[in-house]
Amino acid sequence: MAKVLVVTSGKGGVGKTTSTAAIGAALAQSGQKVVVVDFDVGLRNLDLVMGAERRVVFDLINVVQGVAKLSQALIRDKRLENLWLLPASQTRDKDALTDEGVGRVIDELRQSFDWVICDSPAGIERGATLAMRYADEAVIVTNPEVSSVRDSDRIIGMLDSKTVKAEKGERVTKHILITRFDAARAARGEMLAIEDVLEILATPLLGIIPESQDVLRASNVGCPVVLNGPSTSAARAYMDATKRLLGETVTMKVPAERKGLMKLLLRRRAA
Amino acid sequence: MSMGFLRLFSSRNSSTAAVARERLQILLAHERGLVGQPDLLVRLREEILAVVSRHVTLDPDKVVVRMEKGKHVSTLEVDIELPNEPLRAAS
Repeated sequence: MAKVLVVTSGKGGVGKTTSTAAIGAALAQSGQKVVVVDFDVGLRNLDLVMGAERRVVFDLINVVQGVAKLSQALIRDKRLENLWLLPASQTRDKDALTDEGVGRVIDELRQSFDWVICDSPAGIERGATLAMRYADEAVIVTNPEVSSVRDSDRIIGMLDSKTVKAEKGERVTKHILITRFDAARAARGEMLAIEDVLEILATPLLGIIPESQDVLRASNVGCPVVLNGPSTSAARAYMDATKRLLGETVTMKVPAERKGLMKLLLRRRAA
Repeated sequence: MSMGFLRLFSSRNSSTAAVARERLQILLAHERGLVGQPDLLVRLREEILAVVSRHVTLDPDKVVVRMEKGKHVSTLEVDIELPNEPLRAAS
């Protein structure tokens, strides 16, 4: 049974594309057949984060409009043989996507994949609403920060009312993924606590991804962080989150502050 | 997952994070009422109006449908003012 998962947030820059690439790669590593679909028409980036930017020939809009066949637009990952990418168009505008056309493409993808992961653009307009439209599950990427939490709340409201599932009286299964979590700042009370975010959004937690240089390094070289630095804390957090998506019970680890000896000494001296 | 465990990592005493939490709770309580389900109340009102006016003559302006959002449950309040005249037979 194929699952359609939307990775969404409302706010931009919180880590949707990074998370889509990481979760997609982690699912593929665990043997699932996965396609990641970029819905950010005009501002595509998933191809870049996946390292496939020079292999894009056809895109989602070509397929929606019937210009290209799905098999012509799908790009197979060079590292994982059961991971595929359907890129967005860089030139068209988002109005080229139609509800009916997207529905047809999603239906076709459901036939041949275990997971269809839709990387939503920021905002609440057409691209974002179509990315969530056919979802069975949603990962709401949230930073522990007021504007991100507010936008996540808005997106949760849309997932509960504007999706096909919601219109049938069913529910999209929702998960919060906290990203860019800075343990040091949280400990100092400068960052919203995880339990506060969860309480406010009343949605279960899928994982906590630490703010990390490793995430930036991975996107610099166009490789999902779970493949580029599998032993890093960010990669392990994504792998745990992915296991939870697959229904496994994994103890939630809160990324801890890594204090170097020097930093400790300096702090003691300062205090 | 235990919340008590996560709670260990939070410090809510006199921090800016605590202020953020308060502000968000107030703001979202307000916004959820406004944008949560914008067409639900309108639709409910129309349909209730249609059903009731099949049996009773009423003034559409005297029909108030209100949603009160609580922490655990929400209540739907329907207030219809009926004129004191004989009921119209359903036709």
